[in-house]
Amino acid sequence: MKTVFDRPHALCDVPLHYCPGCTHGIVHRLVAEVIDELGVEGKTIGIAPVGCSVFAYNYFNCDMIEAAHGRAPAVATGVKRTHPDNVVFTYQGDGDLAAIGTAETVHVAARGENITIIFINNAIYGMTGGQMAPTTLPGQVTTTSPYGRDRKIQGNPIRVCEMLSTLDGTALAARVSVDTPKAVINAKKMIKKAFQNQLDGKGFSIVEVLSTCPTNWGMSPTDALQWLRDNMIPYYPLGTYKDIDAQEA
Amino acid sequence: MAKKVLMKGNEAIAEAAISVGCIHFFGYPITPQTEVAEYLAKRLPKVGGLCLQAESEVAAINMTLGAAAAGTRVMTSSSSPGISLKSEGISYIAGSDLPCLIVNVQRGGPGLGGIQPSQADYYQATRGVGHGDLRLIVLAPSSVQEMASLTAQALDLADIYRMPAMLLADGALGQMMEPVDFSAFPKRDVPEKTWATVGHNNARPHNIVNSLYIDPQVLEDSVKARYQRYAEVEKNEVQYEEFMTDDADIVLVAFGITARICKSAVTAARAAGIKAGLLRPITLWPFPKDAISAAADHAKALMSVEMSMGQMVDDVRLAVNGKKPVYFYGRTGGMIPSVEEVTKEICSLANAL
Ligand SMILES: Cc1ncc(C[n+]2csc(CCOP(=O)(O)OP(=O)(O)O)c2C)c(N)n1
Ligand code: SF4
Ligand SMILES: [Mg+2]
Repeated sequence: MKTVFDRPHALCDVPLHYCPGCTHGIVHRLVAEVIDELGVEGKTIGIAPVGCSVFAYNYFNCDMIEAAHGRAPAVATGVKRTHPDNVVFTYQGDGDLAAIGTAETVHVAARGENITIIFINNAIYGMTGGQMAPTTLPGQVTTTSPYGRDRKIQGNPIRVCEMLSTLDGTALAARVSVDTPKAVINAKKMIKKAFQNQLDGKGFSIVEVLSTCPTNWGMSPTDALQWLRDNMIPYYPLGTYKDIDAQEA
Repeated sequence: MAKKVLMKGNEAIAEAAISVGCIHFFGYPITPQTEVAEYLAKRLPKVGGLCLQAESEVAAINMTLGAAAAGTRVMTSSSSPGISLKSEGISYIAGSDLPCLIVNVQRGGPGLGGIQPSQADYYQATRGVGHGDLRLIVLAPSSVQEMASLTAQALDLADIYRMPAMLLADGALGQMMEPVDFSAFPKRDVPEKTWATVGHNNARPHNIVNSLYIDPQVLEDSVKARYQRYAEVEKNEVQYEEFMTDDADIVLVAFGITARICKSAVTAARAAGIKAGLLRPITLWPFPKDAISAAADHAKALMSVEMSMGQMVDDVRLAVNGKKPVYFYGRTGGMIPSVEEVTKEICSLANAL
């Protein structure tokens, strides 16, 4: 009998703690599949953030480090600069990457660190129970923007891929979604490219994945996916914002 | 005979680190320690190492954490305001059981303070260098030679006990020039870093470097296990120097640059017929409590002399535990006490006893 669907080796055989319908789980699987396909589990070091994916260190089968909130890119720099032949990736949420860790994110890209970042943009602070994120949309209700995010009071969201694409050190900045099977296939392609870039020494690669948080958005998983399509994708258009391969061609 | 080189204190730290295989440095410029990074920026590329200027002290300490997690001998250095920024990372390093060297070439505070030498980060180094139950090994050099030798020692101690070590210097030691001998650092056996996250190479289960324990019982157990290691440090690694304490009526306690001033003051007081002595803690943690307690058995009084408003004096009092009176003399804000000032303090104390 032929196995057509199995757990990737790079994903540990342990129960994931994510809420039902949360897209963190899908992205974990895609990253693990890519690590398997590239055959790099033995030389990969992953950096977990502080956020809902904090326990990623228990889920990925490669060596793992748990960083302080927002500091994963700096930790990754320390690993990669002392072990350039290893594969180093971070997995971070929007609060982690685009609020408390903004400086670390911008500078890891500016330096062109040869690492890979998987960035989960769910427009909310999931772990702490639904507070406003730097990526929370204008008008979006959260526990700390209970009347909806007002640009005059809470400021404007950050479009991370657009911002990082202006930096010379960035090799790849792409925004994907996992809301349909087709989108998942494309997301995996981009994640694979982001890891392949590192193997090829091309420099800093980031894949931003638009993600749902049914729990804190207060929606069913399917409604959450629809909300993502209706609200997030228009504000955060999918696409590749920088790809040095395309520029060279 | 070993050759001595004339060097600035900050440069001696840098060269000593290289000499014991610490060739990776992450930092951010701040007076009065910038020469550490400048020296390493020149030297490290030539010995296959790396000196990387980070975007902040926050980033630098987390780069240090990453390198340490991957099993690399690594250091960072800064001065007081920068150490405050590093405190988050230091707590994570301690909680993740990672070895590294953190250098603090202290300047006056609080806030932006000043750029002149200070010892006012004693509390921070020995008490509050990060949240949670944690300790750093804290070594306090008092000469350029010790800037070098204690740097080498700190790196070994960090590896042996799998914990961060701090070299607590000050701007005066950082800037002064003295001859240094790099040939004679005692080498200690350090354990292999089997826990390091360097890739499992499909040969072992994955390693995890982590400081999160959601279950309070598990967290308590992990902290207690760490404190057993701390107890070993306290048992094995206390260092101090005694100067004329044998028959002393008045024992000064001072570390770093202040201890040098106190030594001269003790000599001056002795010339004036006062039996003074000096006990110089070299390790601020572990603190030489037993030695100070023993000194209190035969002295009439003790006096802590510091470049702060009085911080180490608390530890001296705890060690003396009420047996004898403990006095304090200090200058702060970048002011350095003169030999005359300290001698005068000793004399008036002697008159009052
Ligand atoms: C220094 C610090 N500040 C605040 C927190 C509390 N905290 C934990 S996770 C988090 C936000 C996480 O949100 P995000 O990065 O978007 O990840 P998500 O949970 O949405 O996946 C915050 C504020 C912390 N752990 N550390
Ligand atoms: S709180 Fe939101 S982001 Fe976190 S696991 Fe649940 S659904 Fe996912
Ligand atoms: Mg989020």
